[in-house]
Amino acid sequence: MATELQTELAPERAAPKPAQPERGSAPANKPARAGRGALAIAGEKLIEFVIRLCGISAIIFVFSIFFFVFREAAPLFFQKHEPPAQPEAVVERHADDHSPAAKKFALKEFLFSKEWYPTSQSNVRFGVLALIVGTLSVTALAMIIAVPFGLGAAVFVSEFCGGKIKETLKIVIELLAAIPSVVWGFIGLTVMNPIIQDLFHAPIGLNMLNGAILLALMSVPIMVSIGEDSLKAVPDSFREAGLALGATRWQLVYRVLLPAAKNGLLAAVLLGVGRAVGETMAVLMATGHAVNIPFVTADGSFNPLFIFEPVRTLTATIAAELGEASEGSQHYRVLFLIGVLLFSMTFIVNLTADLIIRGIKKR
Amino acid sequence: MHPPAKHVEVSNLRLSYGPKEVIHGITFDIFKNEILGIIGPAQSGKTSLLRCINRTIEFSADAKVQGTIKVEGVDVRRQNVYALRRKIGMVAPLPVGLPLTIYDNVAFAPRCAGVTAKSDLDGAVEKCLRQAALWDEVKDRLDSLGTKLSGGQQQRLTIARALSHQPEILCLDEFSIAIDPVTTMRIEDVLKELRKEMTIILVTNLTQQARRLANRTMFLWNGDIIELDSNQVMFSDTPANRKTYEYVNGIFG
Repeated sequence: MATELQTELAPERAAPKPAQPERGSAPANKPARAGRGALAIAGEKLIEFVIRLCGISAIIFVFSIFFFVFREAAPLFFQKHEPPAQPEAVVERHADDHSPAAKKFALKEFLFSKEWYPTSQSNVRFGVLALIVGTLSVTALAMIIAVPFGLGAAVFVSEFCGGKIKETLKIVIELLAAIPSVVWGFIGLTVMNPIIQDLFHAPIGLNMLNGAILLALMSVPIMVSIGEDSLKAVPDSFREAGLALGATRWQLVYRVLLPAAKNGLLAAVLLGVGRAVGETMAVLMATGHAVNIPFVTADGSFNPLFIFEPVRTLTATIAAELGEASEGSQHYRVLFLIGVLLFSMTFIVNLTADLIIRGIKKR
Repeated sequence: MHPPAKHVEVSNLRLSYGPKEVIHGITFDIFKNEILGIIGPAQSGKTSLLRCINRTIEFSADAKVQGTIKVEGVDVRRQNVYALRRKIGMVAPLPVGLPLTIYDNVAFAPRCAGVTAKSDLDGAVEKCLRQAALWDEVKDRLDSLGTKLSGGQQQRLTIARALSHQPEILCLDEFSIAIDPVTTMRIEDVLKELRKEMTIILVTNLTQQARRLANRTMFLWNGDIIELDSNQVMFSDTPANRKTYEYVNGIFG
């Protein structure tokens, strides 16, 4: 379609040329102009094509990632009792080694069972409910800590401090964002662990709280820098108008700037959520990595001290187990299905955010 | 006839942005309940002067103000800046609709000043919107965003907003730039009414507007007062300064 448009446009652009001789300009100029025109048109075509490609590439990437992850997981739904991808000899050898018995995969069990025994000899179970709960609860707790801190810091950096303090803070916050997650995990293991044990007399320091604090620390810098950008994008005329009406700085922030920047601030929070959901190494090291639903005690009642329970997340499970699972095995495919699940979760988070923003805009 | 009370006293005001001085030491008074027109070409310091009065000039980091401005006899720099700004209503040349509903835009200043009762706010909003000749057009959609209004309506919204905290001084900075002539005339009528309640400073590029509305007019040029006198003198054939005559009659430069 683009090329059609171009060919339609091209004669129009060429059309004025016959009229030019009337101006009596130097005839030597004309061929040069015509040549440049054709080149410009070709260049424009090229640029338009490249830009189109750039725009579409994002969609292509997302779909291809989804496709390749899902392709690894898909045989789960189509195989009957044995993984057909594996040569028979391998299966037999595995059978001699008392490898996990391949049994029919059930999506219902996958989503709603809390039993995760992927390498059991006799009783293989692929229930990720506990892992989903682990991911969601650690993320939620992290956000409860990070959102007030992150947005508060963004407001402070953007509105309440100036000059050198602002520059220093921004540099330090960016430095915080640059710390590798394995270092955070290390801090969780060696620093936070004893602190939590001493402070709360918790039996283990590697638990949901530990992971959530690390995740909060990791997502705050993103929230601050995106949040600060979105506050900075509020035109100064709003600030002047608000202050000229006699608003104090704080009144200005919560009556004018927060409503004006709410889309950007929401984006900041969601990027933080995205970081927290997707974070792997730190939570693998700091949350205790035990398949456990923290809200329920052993006898089935509600556990009020759930933040001191160890949990395991979806991402940590993939990272810890994918290297051990033999390629093409049911375990291997289930781990990829967890990838699909994570993908869907982030998709839902983004979609919700989009709908919320649209809802705000409609008003 | 005893002399009218001075509302604003400006003495030897100098303003510079960085190394560039834009107001070169001007001295004048504004009397209570008068409309003072300020005319002059671009870059003559009109807007900066208004920003000095309500201290919004402090938002410009490189601005340096010398001399004194007194409002009601007290130096503005010794007054509580928020209280001062509540005393002064400011209308900018291009409407700045805060990203709030129409109602919230007008209720903004009263709320900042601590008014919370719904009935008080409702009354204030309606009164101000009526004064700004906007009530009839928006009374059914007070809950829609102020930024969705047309340019002229937004400008009247900012006028309503400037009136919402019952200012003693109303500064209008080329308010009619985005408004059609009919509405402009309606607002000018409102201003004539408002004069009974407040002092009005009217910065305008339309010399005829200053002639219609103002009691006195000041001609500001390149940061200096060329002339300040009653309208009878300023718009006569023989103002004190030849430049005034030329500017008012459009034969300047």
